[in-house]
Amino acid sequence: MAGRRAAWLLAGLTLVTVLAPWLAPYDPSASFRDYRHAPPMRPRVSAGFEVHPITLENRLMERFSEDTTRTVALPWSARATEPVFLLGTDGSSRDVLSRLLAGARVSVGLALIAVLGATLLGTLLGALAGLRGGWVDEVVMRVGDFILILPVLYLVLVLRAVLPLVLAPVLVFALMAGIFMLVGWPVVARGVRAIVARERDREYVQAARSLGAGTGRLLTRHLLPACAGHVAVQASLLLPAFILAEAALSYVGLGFPDALPTWGTMLRAAADINELTRFPWTLAPAAAIFAVTLVTNLALQYHHD
Amino acid sequence: MLTFTIRRVLFALFLIWVVASAAFVLTRLAPGDATFVDGPLSSDTQRAAMRAQLGLDRPLLTQYGSWLAGIVRLDFGTSLLYTRPVGELLAERAANTAILATAALLLATLLGVPAGIYTGTHQGGLGATLTRGISIVLLSTPSLIASLLLVLVATRTGWLPPGGMTSMAGASGWVSWLGDVLRHLPVPTLALALPLAATLERLQSQALVEAQARPFVAAARARGLSAAEALARHAWPASLGPLLGIYGLMIGSLLSGSFVVEAVTAWPGLGRLMVDALVARDLYLVAGAAAAGASGLAMGTLATDLLHAWVDPRVREGR
Repeated sequence: MAGRRAAWLLAGLTLVTVLAPWLAPYDPSASFRDYRHAPPMRPRVSAGFEVHPITLENRLMERFSEDTTRTVALPWSARATEPVFLLGTDGSSRDVLSRLLAGARVSVGLALIAVLGATLLGTLLGALAGLRGGWVDEVVMRVGDFILILPVLYLVLVLRAVLPLVLAPVLVFALMAGIFMLVGWPVVARGVRAIVARERDREYVQAARSLGAGTGRLLTRHLLPACAGHVAVQASLLLPAFILAEAALSYVGLGFPDALPTWGTMLRAAADINELTRFPWTLAPAAAIFAVTLVTNLALQYHHD
Repeated sequence: MLTFTIRRVLFALFLIWVVASAAFVLTRLAPGDATFVDGPLSSDTQRAAMRAQLGLDRPLLTQYGSWLAGIVRLDFGTSLLYTRPVGELLAERAANTAILATAALLLATLLGVPAGIYTGTHQGGLGATLTRGISIVLLSTPSLIASLLLVLVATRTGWLPPGGMTSMAGASGWVSWLGDVLRHLPVPTLALALPLAATLERLQSQALVEAQARPFVAAARARGLSAAEALARHAWPASLGPLLGIYGLMIGSLLSGSFVVEAVTAWPGLGRLMVDALVARDLYLVAGAAAAGASGLAMGTLATDLLHAWVDPRVREGR
């Protein structure tokens, strides 16, 4: 059951990631004059979810005043006249909500692709180890266990840092996905190996084999379907870890370039102590990471099978 | 038990050697070297001279060999970035990370294990449900997020210093230094400890629920032991095996977590040193920091392995 919930979760997140940039009200890199560090504007239920417009009152202190006599429609509405920032603006006068949504495509998209890769690699190696046994099993599992006890972030850090430090965003994306796969596969392989090793001697598998089924058919029709639930759960648990790894790498300056909006680069910009204290809404990506992790944990924590 | 101990010690040494060597070789093979840090001003001939002076022009194997020979004499080489002996730098920074990691592990254990025992024995109760809810929220607040939030709280309220390890420049006497460090410790320690405490609570709770369902616990109750006695003498000890198995894996996530927390709260530990060294292609410092991190990891894994084997005889007989 947990497997099915995990599959739904992954599908849902994929959908959100694909749709996210189209939901963004503004261009994520558009800068709004006179709206630097504008606070979040709250939709008023009484005014049909419209907001009170704000104007700059003190440029030096970056203080804004709210005009409670008027309301403005939300940016998705055809009647939108003035800019509305539901999550405020950042230090470069850009809309935080739009950047958050554009960043989701990079951060969550990267994590999803890495999860897919780690799952494929882990399933393949785990099935191989479980089916063959002997020295193949020994080598695969020893290497996997070794990777598992190492601190993930240090491993990612070293692998990333030995490559050229300045790279195009597309290359960074591909590199990070590759590194995450290398680090994540043992999590999946462990369980797949255990299930395959247990199932391969069961009657139904032996029956299939005596009917002449080859290794490929045994795997695809009999053994791997037995692992599907486990794989889906493990894959979902990797997702928040990968999102976090991107954020941590970008945070220390070894991830994506600052100009590209990702959850990590946004946190890096927000982490300055003055920025953080006076304009806490720039921490929106932290809330987003929390939300994704919480949903994953809630979907998977309550299973006891 | 002796052969088991010897085998685990040998594995620990192997771990340190592999990690340090891999870091050395990878950094050496990485594009660019320490001579590029001087910037575009130095010419190619200057760079070549510098490389020769630092011994960076030697073949990889020769360089690795002389580095390894130095390690045996406890000489980790000289940092090209700080122009100080690597051993000295490591002793300083590794100690800072060790202080943070130890404090966090202690706090996580003190919070997580009792909470797990409580939720494991009071299933379905209001208190247990509440604790479990808090646990899941904390589990979803990884150290990066937790440290950012705690820094925000610390600066907004002014209760605690948000970053650094000390704020007084020239501390007078170690008593005031200690007080200063203790004031800086809560923010990074909490950020590191809270998610771990939640992990421990969940695991202890599950392990205890499973242990309580075992026949020997029912047998103990049938012999007339009170619920508390059966828990303390039979159920809880039986739940320690799975818990200690996880502690071994937790040392790694503790180091990962401290890397992030050190970056956010400007704690002068191993993480920052590693990033700086990697970016500057400071070969000896990278390898040394990797060795120091691996030593911490190896010691942690060794300690949990031995504890695990002591608690559960099957572990030392089995493998």
